[in-house]
Amino acid sequence: MGSIWFALVAVMMTVYVILDGFDFGVGILHLFVARTDQERQMALAAIGPVWDGNEVWLLAGGGALVFAFPKVYAAGFSGFYLPLMMALWLLVMRGLSIELRSHEKHWIWRAGWDGMFFLSSLLMAVILGAALGNVIRGVPLTASGYFRGPLFTNFRVGPNPGVLDWYTVLVGVFATVALSLHGACYLLIKTDGEVYHRSRAAAGVLWPAMLVLGVLVTLATNAVCPTLYTHLIDRPWTWILAALIVVSAIGLPVMLRRKSDVMAFMCSVGVLLGLLAATAAGVYPVLLRSTLSPSADLTVANSASGHIGLEIGLVWWSIAIVLAAVYFTYLFRSFRGKVKLGTSVYGH
Amino acid sequence: MSAVGWSRFQFAFTIIYHYLFPQLSMGLALLIVIFKARYLKTRDAIYNESARFWTRIFGINFAVGVVTGIPMEFQFGTNWAAFSNFAGGVIGMSLAMEGMFAFFAESSFLGILLFGEKRFGQKVHMFSAVMLFLGSWLSGYFIIVTNAFMQHPVGYAPGQNGALHLVNPIVYLLNPWALWEYSHNMVATVATASFVVCSVAAYYILAGMHVEHAKAFMKVAVVTGCIATLLQIFPTGDGQGKMMSRYQKPALAAMEGKFTTSTNAALAIMGQPNLQTGKIENAIEVPGILSYLAYGDFGAKVQGLDSFPKNMQPDNVELLYYSYHIMVGLGTLFILLMLVSAWQLRAGRLFRNRALLWVLMLSFPFPYIATTAGWMVAEIGRQPWVVYGLERTLAGASPTVSGGDVAFTTLGFCGLYTVVALLFAYMVMREIGRGPESSQTDIEVGAGAPASTL
Ligand code: HDD
Ligand code: HEM
Ligand code: HEM
Repeated sequence: MGSIWFALVAVMMTVYVILDGFDFGVGILHLFVARTDQERQMALAAIGPVWDGNEVWLLAGGGALVFAFPKVYAAGFSGFYLPLMMALWLLVMRGLSIELRSHEKHWIWRAGWDGMFFLSSLLMAVILGAALGNVIRGVPLTASGYFRGPLFTNFRVGPNPGVLDWYTVLVGVFATVALSLHGACYLLIKTDGEVYHRSRAAAGVLWPAMLVLGVLVTLATNAVCPTLYTHLIDRPWTWILAALIVVSAIGLPVMLRRKSDVMAFMCSVGVLLGLLAATAAGVYPVLLRSTLSPSADLTVANSASGHIGLEIGLVWWSIAIVLAAVYFTYLFRSFRGKVKLGTSVYGH
Repeated sequence: MSAVGWSRFQFAFTIIYHYLFPQLSMGLALLIVIFKARYLKTRDAIYNESARFWTRIFGINFAVGVVTGIPMEFQFGTNWAAFSNFAGGVIGMSLAMEGMFAFFAESSFLGILLFGEKRFGQKVHMFSAVMLFLGSWLSGYFIIVTNAFMQHPVGYAPGQNGALHLVNPIVYLLNPWALWEYSHNMVATVATASFVVCSVAAYYILAGMHVEHAKAFMKVAVVTGCIATLLQIFPTGDGQGKMMSRYQKPALAAMEGKFTTSTNAALAIMGQPNLQTGKIENAIEVPGILSYLAYGDFGAKVQGLDSFPKNMQPDNVELLYYSYHIMVGLGTLFILLMLVSAWQLRAGRLFRNRALLWVLMLSFPFPYIATTAGWMVAEIGRQPWVVYGLERTLAGASPTVSGGDVAFTTLGFCGLYTVVALLFAYMVMREIGRGPESSQTDIEVGAGAPASTL
């Protein structure tokens, strides 16, 4: 039962990164690919109706984590106290900048919120990457089941690392590039005109950057957490994920050249999906690794909630996920196609 | 202050702040459905414009509710790690269900309600208004189930290494405490929305602007306000009090300012509790009423604070006492105000009664005050427990988070939320200034804001 819930939490977090990831990407890119006020509005309109729903995956994933692995939730969130609080503030500012920006016409108001949207999206992308880096590298978890992660110590990967060290920063940079690319691909589907062309140009630059960083991160991960790869090699079904990553990463520029925008976006989804799923499969059964001693690891076996609760949880979770899928399909279909500015967007 | 002290303050501050917004959202969602339904029935465009106008206010309010709700979801882990560890396997269920069942529905249909009237037609628009209403009321239920477990734990069993396990989800989800708490709380949201709508209507009429719309606002909101304020006291408030008299006796004693055990217990209407002397000073009391309210019998014995050891009593008796009296006092005034307004409305005099309109216009903060006071009663009354009878608040905090860290983030929240409050007030005032008609004519702004919840 614990293993099923490990998979469910991983699925929800992955969906979160894929969906909210393009919101962050749009946030990072919009300053550059959308220059006039009209263009900025177009970029914002591309995510306007969906960003809140995307963010709910984070909340639902967090809820699933408390429910299924309360120890991990408790240790992780209290250990990463400061970075997490800052992430929360960034999410507050991100939400406000999307919602409030167009309420006032003065350019200073709009420029200010545009800048805030950029900054909060950028930092959130770094934080998401660094968080993943911390999960892979491990944290100074003690036998008490808790740890205290300072923001940084000496930027070296050791038994007492900070939240930021060279490895997690590297993953953070990689995440920023990958999510920017993801956002660029999303904008290709949703926009036209100048924004579309600039997004294509951006994707053309971001793709090789992601590739280079991806190779670096892979090598670094092998140095920091070799078991991740030995696990993957021992679990042949995960090779599909590796294949998915390679195919999508190569397919992306091909699709870009062919102007198959939807397929390019799908390739970007494939890269993210493959990477996150492979990471989850590689760290399983450990949810939070201890840098001090393997006996202090929080694993599926020693941190899952009671069996009855999890079993019943599976029943309502299955119902809820179907409903959520229906809402999302309905929502994305309702607002499909390129964004059109003007009164028609508004409906009255 | 210690880390626990700061964490308590931070949690109280952030949740009180967060709750100011859902409180209006949930009540307003119902009123929007009513406006929309009246439009579909009468085809009177005024009602449709009213629905749109309040949907715009709803959008702003909802957005702030969302951004302030996100920190709440994670504060259990950051500040109350030991509590999450202890109770997460149980309360995690309703937290996760809230996200999965309620927030997905709300966030999806809000987009359609805000952006889709013309595109999808009246039927879909009505449907999304109803879904938003159901979604927000469902999210209220799940979070209240979570809170009710902390007030009155049911459906659990202690598992290995001391953490709680869920054994009976049905019992957990139908916690009798939650049923009363939910009814009382949801009625309060309708009261809040009714007062806010009445207040804006009164402003428009006094200012001589948008008078036709204001009359429509008033006609709906005075009726809902009357019903809600009456239900507030009976049966829901009464039901809450009875739950406390059964399961949280020390909290009941403290909020009523009852220091000594007695039969025929008196209800203190006014007065200041003095903890040194154990008396209510300047008291106005009615004998027997407290016994009756708590147990349905004027002669029943009510335990005072003296029958509980100090470490079983709430640690802030004065604040509890005042919060309770503010809530009940305001609740009584609300009924009075709403009944007078309804009577004047029926008599056709409300729109000319300037004195009453002034009172209505200025009344909107008070349901917020009453609700906040009510939550303080519930939460301070729960002390010294974080999960009643099972885990003490002192034991629930995060073991590795220092007081300095929490102090820092508390100040951060204070600063951030001050900015949010100013922005919110500005946005809503602008919306009210633009008025209900402009939702159709002001194409320029409409065109300028495709991504925002205008
Ligand atoms: C408009 C707001 C409002 C008004 C006028 C009232 N209440 Fe209330 N009350 C609430 C809003 C509220 C609340 C904020 O919604 C609370 C907090 C927790 C809850 O479920 O509802 C609450 C809690 C609450 C509690 C504490 C329950 C607990 O410990 O969990 C009691 C005993 C009452 N109420 C009783 C009353 C009575 C007898 C009222 C008579 C006038 C009354 N309330 C008016
Ligand atoms: C329904 C969901 C809620 C949950 C799960 C919840 C949970 C908690 C927790 C964990 C604490 C800190 C521990 C403690 O001091 O006992 C707390 C304290 C507090 N909460 Fe709530 N709360 C909820 C709703 C609210 C609301 C809506 C308000 C006010 C509007 C509120 C007001 C307070 C106050 C004033 C405190 C501080 C009490 C004290 O420390 O003396 N709570 N709550
Ligand atoms: C500690 C307790 C609480 C937590 C963890 C919490 C969490 C959240 C979160 C994460 C959101 C944003 C959802 C989104 O992105 O769409 C939210 C919004 C909301 N919350 Fe809370 N909340 C708490 C207390 C309450 C209480 C006490 C109520 C009502 C009884 C409530 C009702 C709502 C509603 C209706 C919304 C929708 C947004 C709005 O209407 O403003 N919440 N909450």
